[in-house]
Amino acid sequence: MTALGALIGRDLKIALRVGGGALIGVLFFLTVVVLMPFAVGPDLALLTRLGPAILWLGALLASLLTLDRLFTADHDDGSLDLIVMGRTTLELACAAKALAHWLASGLPLVIATPVLGLLLNLDATSTSAVALTLLAGTPALTFIGMIGAALAVTLHRGGLLLAVLVLPLSIPVLIFGVAASEAAITGLSFGPPFSILCALSLISFVIGPFAAAASLRHGLD
Amino acid sequence: MRLSGRGIRCVRGGREVFSGLDFEACSGEALAVIGANGSGKTSLLRMIAGLLAPTEGSISLEGGEPELTLSEQAHYLGHRDALKPALSVIENLAFWRDFLGGEASDAKESLSSVGLEHAAFLPAGYLSAGQRRRLSIARLLTIRRSIWLLDEPINALDVAGQSMFATLMDVHLARGGLIVAATHGSLGITARELPVAAFS
Repeated sequence: MTALGALIGRDLKIALRVGGGALIGVLFFLTVVVLMPFAVGPDLALLTRLGPAILWLGALLASLLTLDRLFTADHDDGSLDLIVMGRTTLELACAAKALAHWLASGLPLVIATPVLGLLLNLDATSTSAVALTLLAGTPALTFIGMIGAALAVTLHRGGLLLAVLVLPLSIPVLIFGVAASEAAITGLSFGPPFSILCALSLISFVIGPFAAAASLRHGLD
Repeated sequence: MRLSGRGIRCVRGGREVFSGLDFEACSGEALAVIGANGSGKTSLLRMIAGLLAPTEGSISLEGGEPELTLSEQAHYLGHRDALKPALSVIENLAFWRDFLGGEASDAKESLSSVGLEHAAFLPAGYLSAGQRRRLSIARLLTIRRSIWLLDEPINALDVAGQSMFATLMDVHLARGGLIVAATHGSLGITARELPVAAFS
């Protein structure tokens, strides 16, 4: 446990210090959402209707932006070799790294959502519905993205490839995330899509670390 | 404790680097892996560290801690020094102490034995190449592991640093440790030579 705590603490520290990636994701999210009203035009009804989808797309792209450094940074400076040689199971170490990444760059997106909801003419209920679905869904984006990030290590300079690999896998999360938010706004039943979203997150917690660890073990050279 | 390799063959990128390599080292012994550039010294060390699978042959450890694998009992000091520039010297060291686990000594003490105590709170990004190497060496001292796998360990070290490291290696060997080091120059300790070269 000390080892995993140390890994999470280190990754958080690096992300929050100068040159770390924590703020980049939120700033990108902010930019994408702020640009939308300019692109769509001042039609408030349309903005309200598109709001949840825009927030979800923004969050998905923002979480991809910082994912490619998840393992490549450790690979480039040799830390990954030592992590593999450590006495901690590699699967758990991968899960700890993903958790740290989510805390540093996923959670801020959820926190920023209420502010950005104002720009999209979403009322308090809608905004909190979107924030809740993002809270349940962004961990899935990180843990699925982790698989792509581990493959990017093997393939060198795989930043763009990461997006191509991860985006199709995140489609279910996007569908049910937006569906649950829309359901809450239109008064349809919120439970079923939200439960499926949570289930997707839980599945990714299991599959992500194993797939990433397998890919890292295979890809060391 | 006895580390041995039998009939190791290494193929990298479809090209045979070396084959039929046998070696053996016991507690208190140092093995200097020598050979030209590209002869497979680093590959051999990474195979012992468990980071690379031998194409043929096997590497085994007898008499170590029975519940741990070979790589969990080894320190690997490679070309890349596993330091985060954003973290301070002491934070880098403390992280590896907590993550690698096992028996550990005081991080401050090992910093002063490699002559870095004055830089403990400096971000590692400001260190020179030689100081980074000293910090990596401090990692070997802080976390107690009996097998040291060193890849060109004295590169970038100044003369004083080289003799300091030779003393530290001697202490490690005297405690029953085992060292396998790839090197071009002299390590400054008594070491058996292990030439690595393609047979064909």
